[in-house]
Amino acid sequence: MSKTHVTCTVNGEETEFLCDSNQTVLDVLREDLGLTGSKEGCGSGDCGACSVLVDGRLVCSCLMFGSEAEGTSITTIEGIADGENLHPVQSQFLKHAALQCGFCTPGLIVATKALLDANPSPTDEEARYWLAGNLCRCTGYDKIMNAVHAAAAELRGESA
Amino acid sequence: MNDISLKDALKVVGTRPVRPDGVDKVMGRAQFGGDAVMPGMIFGSTVRSPHAHARIIKIDTSAAEAMKGVRAVVTAADLPNITSEEAFVGEGPMNFRDLSCNLMARDKVLYDGHVVAAVAATSTSIARAAAEAIKVEYEVLPHVINEMEAMQPGAPVLHDDIFTSGVDPKPTTPSNVVKRMEFAKGDLEAGFAAADKIVERTYTTAPVHQAYIEPHACVAAFNPDGQCQVICSSQGHFMVRAYCAKLLGIDISEIRVTPAEIGGGFGGKTLVYLEPLALALSRKAGRPVRMVMTREEVFRGSGPTSGGTINVKVGAKMDGTITAAHAEVILQAGAYPGSPIGPALMTCWAMYDIENASAVGFDVVSNRPKVAAYRAPGAPISTYATESAVDELSRAIGMDPIELRLKNAAKDGTKALYGPTFQNIGYVETLEAAKNHPNLQAKLGPNQGRGVAAGFWFNIGGESSASLAVNEDGTIALVSGSPDIGGSRASMAMMAAEVLGVNVERVRPIIGDTASVGFTFVTGGSRVTFATGTAVCDASDDIVKQLRGRAAKLWEIDVEAVEWRDGSAYPAGDNAGKFEPLSLADIAVKSGRTGGPIAAKATVNAQGAGPGWGVHVVDVEVDKETGHVKILRYTAAQDVGRAIHPSYVEGQVQGGAVQGIGWALNEEYIYDKDGRLDNGGFLDYRVPVASDLPKIDVALVEVPNPRHPFGAKGVGEVPIVPPMAAIANAIFDATGVRMTSLPMSPPKVRAALDAAGK
Ligand code: FES
Ligand code: FES
Repeated sequence: MSKTHVTCTVNGEETEFLCDSNQTVLDVLREDLGLTGSKEGCGSGDCGACSVLVDGRLVCSCLMFGSEAEGTSITTIEGIADGENLHPVQSQFLKHAALQCGFCTPGLIVATKALLDANPSPTDEEARYWLAGNLCRCTGYDKIMNAVHAAAAELRGESA
Repeated sequence: MNDISLKDALKVVGTRPVRPDGVDKVMGRAQFGGDAVMPGMIFGSTVRSPHAHARIIKIDTSAAEAMKGVRAVVTAADLPNITSEEAFVGEGPMNFRDLSCNLMARDKVLYDGHVVAAVAATSTSIARAAAEAIKVEYEVLPHVINEMEAMQPGAPVLHDDIFTSGVDPKPTTPSNVVKRMEFAKGDLEAGFAAADKIVERTYTTAPVHQAYIEPHACVAAFNPDGQCQVICSSQGHFMVRAYCAKLLGIDISEIRVTPAEIGGGFGGKTLVYLEPLALALSRKAGRPVRMVMTREEVFRGSGPTSGGTINVKVGAKMDGTITAAHAEVILQAGAYPGSPIGPALMTCWAMYDIENASAVGFDVVSNRPKVAAYRAPGAPISTYATESAVDELSRAIGMDPIELRLKNAAKDGTKALYGPTFQNIGYVETLEAAKNHPNLQAKLGPNQGRGVAAGFWFNIGGESSASLAVNEDGTIALVSGSPDIGGSRASMAMMAAEVLGVNVERVRPIIGDTASVGFTFVTGGSRVTFATGTAVCDASDDIVKQLRGRAAKLWEIDVEAVEWRDGSAYPAGDNAGKFEPLSLADIAVKSGRTGGPIAAKATVNAQGAGPGWGVHVVDVEVDKETGHVKILRYTAAQDVGRAIHPSYVEGQVQGGAVQGIGWALNEEYIYDKDGRLDNGGFLDYRVPVASDLPKIDVALVEVPNPRHPFGAKGVGEVPIVPPMAAIANAIFDATGVRMTSLPMSPPKVRAALDAAGK
């Protein structure tokens, strides 16, 4: 099987990889690029654990083939912080104890960032619908929603 | 030891610090089971039965073995054929032979998804292609899925060596009924005769999966010298070690298991599915092997909890006194014996002080995956029925459901149906907390209703180990043996910090591998904060004693004259004020001169866990057109003894309640007529999502447990017990229709409304 050569940007760095035709972006991230922060909970687009941003758009990386990444800019959970400074979504997740096992957390943080980039002041209902594609089996979502709203407030410059 | 009544004196316990493993988890750096790497590793996959029940005639692995990149194929022939032996390694009863056969079928496959072979190859895609190339010839046998059908004479029999136990005389023909159990007290007949009102009804529940988001995953290496390494996500790496040793016939000392971060378990990771297979493949391939389940494999092959059928009869006087209560519970065990029938019976009337009560149960095998523990195993199933019946009873006598429960509540001194006499319990306080919650003042609109239900879980203690070392700069390294599934590292560090009198950031907790810390039982039974917490406190007390000794040496005074306060040694008694206090860091720096490194370990077999009690109140709105039930408000009150880290305690309650909401409204295993699972994915097996839910309000009740240094009781399991009945009761309140079958999904609610002419 011949491999496809792909050039794209991952977390701000130009990246090249070779992938099989059946490899997803998630496979490439996890197996070839060592970026295991994106998780596979289902492989079918139903859990959101593999959420990444592709050209700023929220995507389930398990549903996108590696070969489709050519020329795109991908942001994964590893690229959300600014160096060692946590993004407000990350620090508010910690402050509000919005994770238990933490397996859904990378996907939820990426999805929350996408939400707040698009809508800086979501209502609770808007936020809950936006995040409905990200399953969390541990928390019951309550503290996640608290963290989302606190991060929104912080990003709007309101004191948390 | 601290006086647990002095909550105000606590400086760390009861606060909400950021968890020590948090940054790794929000940055994507935490290493879960499927992230672990071993040098030169290859990848495993499994072959699973497409039949619910069949005899294996022949397995032809030749085509797979000839494929480029395939390094090993194993079948049951590569595993020792071990004899029947009870195992007390995980949560709930298990037999080593059953577990071995569940892992890899021998002779017969007993459910759709049962593993028959495994293969390792240089890539996952080659391994999967090779798995498809393995040809298995089956003789398909008649199957049975439903537990009531499985009990009938003439039903297909799964095991020819199961003869129902607990019945007299012992049967001479094999059947699917593994055992009958009974708990009874008082005189049931007289109790019912004394009742003014009696309600009686049959309820059914569907099997539901724990549905942790992380599929089972491990990487394992079997070295030529017989030493084995396993890195995996589990609820107990000592459990993994014990099972691997037994199932592969090797010494425990040859296996070292390192716990990876675990992406949820809820009981479902208290046994093994992959690790022994990965080791067997590795032994044959000469390379480390990683195995990760797909989501479909998780649903088809790993344990859901039982579905069941429950008949309940309960009676009361018009003043609310419950005079008699009876429940008969029939639970699916899956393909091998061992449903949580015992706890289902023991918990279902535990909230009540009833003179005449009984609970009878049956453990029944059928052609489904072997059930695994799921949060308070058994209790949610039986309690759904009993707490629905008590609601019906409260309406029959015209009494508020909380008042009825208060009138009959278990208290200190109540002798439970299952034997023990309760001490230091907070059930009445929990009922009061629910009753007084502001949510109960909310006005209900049309098609809206409010439901109440309570729940009980024993909580357990058991064996745990922990060790502490004082680092040269006075910081603390803390090692415990309990996998951290929901933030327990934070509470371990907090308890150590409290005892030592230091900031929690000075304590760095880790989970030791099986060679680095003493034996520790699984993270299950709501035991970690209680049992492992006790070990951590014991080891911390030992450290304090040593620190006082070192200070005494430096001051050349008697150790009894040294006091430990706020993280420093103070001269006390006659010596008070004679020396400058020495901080932990001061003593640590000088430890080389005072006797060497300062470290301590503690091992416990903790007893007296203190049962947990929950009372949930839910408001729902029923869409009469579609049958959809919307949760409007949710209030969960629970006696937690003492909340060490209140945020994670609340999180346990919220998460458990929401799993209960899923169990109540959506989740179920659906089989087709051939006994194949029809909904093995998150699209069709629908767990609650954020937009299904309102806030989950938690009222923490703290009636301290005197058997824990800070008063903690187990927390994690109780909250999944009340939701199903609470929601059913709310639906009744909204519509006048009693839902007697889970899940209360829109078609079923709509059908029940139709049947009632509503
Ligand atoms: S792994 Fe991609 S959505 Fe679940
Ligand atoms: S924290 Fe475990 S799945 Fe969300």
